[in-house]
Amino acid sequence: MYANALQHIKPGDWLTLLLGSLFVVMLTLTLWSGDLADKAIIRSGGKIFREVPLSPDQQIKVPGPLGISVISIQQRKARIASDPSPRQYCVRQGWLQQAGEIALCLPNQVSLELIGHKKKYDSLNY
Amino acid sequence: MTASIIKLDTTAEDHRIARMAAVALGLTVLESAIPSPLPGVKPGLANIVTLIVLARYGWRTAAWVSLLRVVAGSLLFGNFLTPGFFLSLSGATLSLIVLAGAQHLPKRWFGPVSHSIYAAFAHITGQMLVVYLWLIPHAGIAYLIPIFATAALVFGTVNGLIAARFMDNADIASKPMSEKPA
Repeated sequence: MYANALQHIKPGDWLTLLLGSLFVVMLTLTLWSGDLADKAIIRSGGKIFREVPLSPDQQIKVPGPLGISVISIQQRKARIASDPSPRQYCVRQGWLQQAGEIALCLPNQVSLELIGHKKKYDSLNY
Repeated sequence: MTASIIKLDTTAEDHRIARMAAVALGLTVLESAIPSPLPGVKPGLANIVTLIVLARYGWRTAAWVSLLRVVAGSLLFGNFLTPGFFLSLSGATLSLIVLAGAQHLPKRWFGPVSHSIYAAFAHITGQMLVVYLWLIPHAGIAYLIPIFATAALVFGTVNGLIAARFMDNADIASKPMSEKPA
């Protein structure tokens, strides 16, 4: 049955298939590769606590109502390394790398947001 | 009150268009029963009919069949002039425009599979344009394009193969007769 189906594909059709596949791959690569982030914005209690570039590796301690959240920056990635919040959602979110990614530690009112060179809109601020 | 009879003069081509549009409608109804993982990802089975009509009777008939299918289908599903209708319409229109060019590709090298793939890409382009310009003017829909493009390539290929295969069978079956409708 497959051989039967193949005989309907003429040489030009193979070309079309090839071009179509390349087109899809190209679309996927361009549209699904987010900008790598350049900067991290750390907020505490709704106010910007610090804005740091991702280039030097460092650890930043951010105070909040529950205690200290530790943010670590390593190899152009950032994560919340420890946090006093009970459920640890933001810690378990792991490394953030792409612009627009964000980790929130709500009980401790600390957030870590990555931004690229251009600010992207998301559905919240659209 | 006198009974009046309205008689429309119909040509053989009108009958052919009506018949093929009815087949396309049947496939549209059939397809709506198939669950889809993502709204908008559909096999587009009715386009098989458009491809066959294009190969047999030319672009004008194909355009009639395709657009009649869109309008009648929307009446059937009750979504005439709703966003869904305009999505179908823009997809079908852009497909037809692309097919108008693609039908002139040399027949020796290019068959229904190529037509189908180009039309499928055109279809999804038309739909994304309406979505972006009218329904969801947000750059976020760009994330969905690779999924739709992949679906267009896969379903376009499959529909093209079905159309090619169907025409083979019909050609063999209709050989003894002068003209047999597909």
